[in-house]
Amino acid sequence: MTVAWPRSLWGRILAIILALIFVLILVSLVSWLWLKSTEPNVQDPPPAPLRILTQPIPDGPNADLLRRGRYLSIVSDCASCHTRGGGRPFEGGLGLKTPFGIIYSANITGDPSAGIGDWTPAEFYGALHDGKDDEGHHLYPAMPYNHFDMIPRADSDAILAYLKTVPGSSYAPPANRLPFPLDIRIAMIGWNAINFRPHPFKPDPAQSAIWNRGAYLVEGPEHCGACHTPKNILQAEEQDKALQGSVIEDWYAPDLTGNPRTGLGRWSAGEIVEYLKTGRNSHSNSAGLMSEVVAYSTSMMSDSDLAAIATYLKSLPPSPDTSSPAPDAAAMRTGSAIFFDECTACHLVGGKAQPGMFPPLPGSAVAQQRDPTGLIHLILGGGRTAPTAAKPTFQSMPSFAWKLSNQQVADVATFVRNSWGNKAPPVTAHQVASVRSELKLQKPELRK
Amino acid sequence: MAQVLPKVDIVLVGFGWTGAILAQQLCDAGLRVLALERASSRSTPVTWATTFDQDELRYMWRHHLFQNVKYSTLTFRNNVNQTALPMRHLGSFLPGTGVGGAGIHWNGQIWRWLETDFKLKSHNESRYGKQATADLTLQDMPLSYQELEPYYDMFDKICGTSGQAGNLNGAKQAGGNPFEGPRSAPYPTPPLPMTYGPKLFEQAAASMGLHPFPHPAGNLSQPYTNPLGMQLGKCTFCGFCEKFGCGNYSKSSPQTTLIPYILTKPNFELRTEAEVLKVERTPDGKHATGVTYIDTAGVQYFQPAEIVALTAYQLHNVHLMLLSGIGQPYDPASGQGIVGKNYCYQTMSGVDLFFDDKLLNPFIGSGAMASVIDNYNGDNFDHSGLGFIGGAYVAGMITGARPIEMVRVPDGVPKWGLEWKRAGAKYFLRNMGLSVHGSSYPQAGNYLSLDPTYKDQFGRPMLRMTFDFPQNDLKMAKYCTDRATEIANKMGATHIHPKPRQGPYDITHYQTTHNVGGTMMGDNPGDSVVNKYSQSWDVPNLFVTGAGLYPQNPGYNPTGTLAALAFMTADAIKTKYVKALGSPLVAA
Repeated sequence: MTVAWPRSLWGRILAIILALIFVLILVSLVSWLWLKSTEPNVQDPPPAPLRILTQPIPDGPNADLLRRGRYLSIVSDCASCHTRGGGRPFEGGLGLKTPFGIIYSANITGDPSAGIGDWTPAEFYGALHDGKDDEGHHLYPAMPYNHFDMIPRADSDAILAYLKTVPGSSYAPPANRLPFPLDIRIAMIGWNAINFRPHPFKPDPAQSAIWNRGAYLVEGPEHCGACHTPKNILQAEEQDKALQGSVIEDWYAPDLTGNPRTGLGRWSAGEIVEYLKTGRNSHSNSAGLMSEVVAYSTSMMSDSDLAAIATYLKSLPPSPDTSSPAPDAAAMRTGSAIFFDECTACHLVGGKAQPGMFPPLPGSAVAQQRDPTGLIHLILGGGRTAPTAAKPTFQSMPSFAWKLSNQQVADVATFVRNSWGNKAPPVTAHQVASVRSELKLQKPELRK
Repeated sequence: MAQVLPKVDIVLVGFGWTGAILAQQLCDAGLRVLALERASSRSTPVTWATTFDQDELRYMWRHHLFQNVKYSTLTFRNNVNQTALPMRHLGSFLPGTGVGGAGIHWNGQIWRWLETDFKLKSHNESRYGKQATADLTLQDMPLSYQELEPYYDMFDKICGTSGQAGNLNGAKQAGGNPFEGPRSAPYPTPPLPMTYGPKLFEQAAASMGLHPFPHPAGNLSQPYTNPLGMQLGKCTFCGFCEKFGCGNYSKSSPQTTLIPYILTKPNFELRTEAEVLKVERTPDGKHATGVTYIDTAGVQYFQPAEIVALTAYQLHNVHLMLLSGIGQPYDPASGQGIVGKNYCYQTMSGVDLFFDDKLLNPFIGSGAMASVIDNYNGDNFDHSGLGFIGGAYVAGMITGARPIEMVRVPDGVPKWGLEWKRAGAKYFLRNMGLSVHGSSYPQAGNYLSLDPTYKDQFGRPMLRMTFDFPQNDLKMAKYCTDRATEIANKMGATHIHPKPRQGPYDITHYQTTHNVGGTMMGDNPGDSVVNKYSQSWDVPNLFVTGAGLYPQNPGYNPTGTLAALAFMTADAIKTKYVKALGSPLVAA
């Protein structure tokens, strides 16, 4: 096909103008793409404080019940899952990413139709205890009824009474995104038959009262195992590996046992309390999903309950230590150079970090988890420490996704996992690529 | 018709340093506080992550952090005989916008005034006679250094200021500023370490019998946790401090010292993208009912409040006072009126030094990494026979070596071409400047007013600035730059180029963002806009903070003093004003 050069003067002028416009559009498009590709990732803010959990509840006939109900809802960490970024407290809509698909949390505000305003105490107890909603439909176990079934009826009633006072929202969360046949809730009958036995909390008479309180909080309302216990193929918690650490939503919930390398073996009970209360201690700063747990739950718990949790966690026997292959010397060299260039402003040469400000890397449990997903996520996407009343600063690790290639991230992660006495399996570029793709983070552009 | 919103105890207009200080103090006192900020919400580690913050083109040259003249500008003229024109590109000063305000991109230079700066007019008249101040409209502050000292100390503890005290409770301390007023406590953190350039300055000054000391710095020398639990980290000397945000928690800013704490308070609310148009009053004009603001969709709201506080930048506070018709506007012809009077600036001079034989590595820099002498500031030296009053501190300072801004070459080298390139490369690591940070004193023709011609995007008259350097200040600049040049000679630089400030004032070239005056503080309504508690004489439930309170500008960076005054204002509101709502705290 040929295009004839117009014969008339006006035709020629028009053709030139059209050509110029075309070139202009092309230039704009190219520069737009260029600018877009070199813009660094700007990351999400840290969890915002929820005023509804700190505002004083005024005196009144029900005040004691409502205050107790609110405290119990804090202990059960309802807000972390039932509040989505930008949404109103407890109106749900947060997408929980499971290997099977996305499950959206429910609206549990006082709204009678969209929320739980019209639920009876028996129906609410049924949800916590049997995993069924007010109409008898099965809940998905993303709602941790396998932990909440330990909550006694009186506590369940108090939580419901409080939630009914939460300003109602008519927001309807999106439909879950699950494949057939999991999208049929009746399928959960089968899951429950295999994986779920209601088990009220049984105190161990051989242990102290504080230990038993801690065991109840960890196993029951605070549902630590929902993230920190490895899951089997059906996504049920593997009880023989309780709290030994698990991948969860592209993060890694670390080992909470007494393992000195990957767990809490090097933390004192007081340091565990400090971490849960303030979001940080001399070993670590909260990041990822744990920042939400600290912001909406543990930072507002009583010191005695936190001490109980610490007592119980410190009693857990260490998880078995596994061997890891030696890292490649070339990867360690590259990783060391990247670490010097990119990490030492905060973590300092030698990795010990600015004391009281950023977490030290020698001995870091987060760095040495067997599965590197959490560390890769931190490097690619960054992390946010929870702002708390005691320590309102949210330390922030910046995103390196736009700056470092998969191989570079792998090398620096391998270096951090195997320096200063640390020991953990090396990280591959393939592992980094997989986390990058799950997080939908851009790749660094080659700049000429 | 503006939508009417639920009433709050206090509405803050602007959420930078002074807004954050008032919010923190008054939330802790139990008041319901609402802050309105015209631009967006920002947090230092997220918005200016250390991985991309050092972007000179974006932040410095394309003004990413500064007030955007497309939305907000002012008109300017040098004197009343000229016609002012709108500024279409900022130059001489760079106000901020957004949460944190200019507290984001400042250098962290935290100073206190001298004791004599508080009684500037009476002190100079008693020492040098009335003739010495005749051409200037100087005024005394309605309070003393001693009254403000506890609040200076509060600000130091909030910031974790790094420095070396020179006067602790009256006892002189070796290595500090011997001229400073007595401090009730040492600096919270030790001074910043210095690189070679400032060290050379320190040695030269000391050998000349002067008294060098480390510059007080809001760029921290070590990790620090302030009384609110806010944590700051050690400065890494990245060299991108002034005109940049700090994602490293090293620079004291509203975001790193106050705002995350305030955001945990259930009695605090922040509304961003809310531009206040006017302070509203009762029909008799004696009581503020609240403010009218507009959001980015163009919707107007009336926000009722028991107390209104103007906590925006000095230029905007003056503008809002004039637009709201509060107080009598100053008229230079008659000398009548007070709002907009005594607009002052900062008289910045310098000396450029180039060393053929020394590598200074100026890329290792920080906003306040300097050795300073205060021997030639304020009335620290005898002005008899000099023909001027006031002075400057002289600092051997290295804030960094930003590759576009700081390719410096000796005078006489061509401005472009091969020779320029050679000299630029040769001296990039071998140059530094001495900053001569001079006082700015008021004269009758310098003032702020509403422009008769130009309107802003909301149809309101723009603010008009009329300013030129008084002869007094130009003489001061010459004298102090000569003294700085003596130090430069002693430092052994190969090329030394003194750059004393010369008139007329050129608003297009960057000098400093230290605009002061216009809402002066004083002890009677005849010659001031507010009383010593920053409370309006005309509208007792209106408070005004910031550098607009200064009747003149001493030779120091203004943030330390305006922050201390904000703490004092907050204290007065929570301990005095809330017990006597609507009443003046000082009898007129």
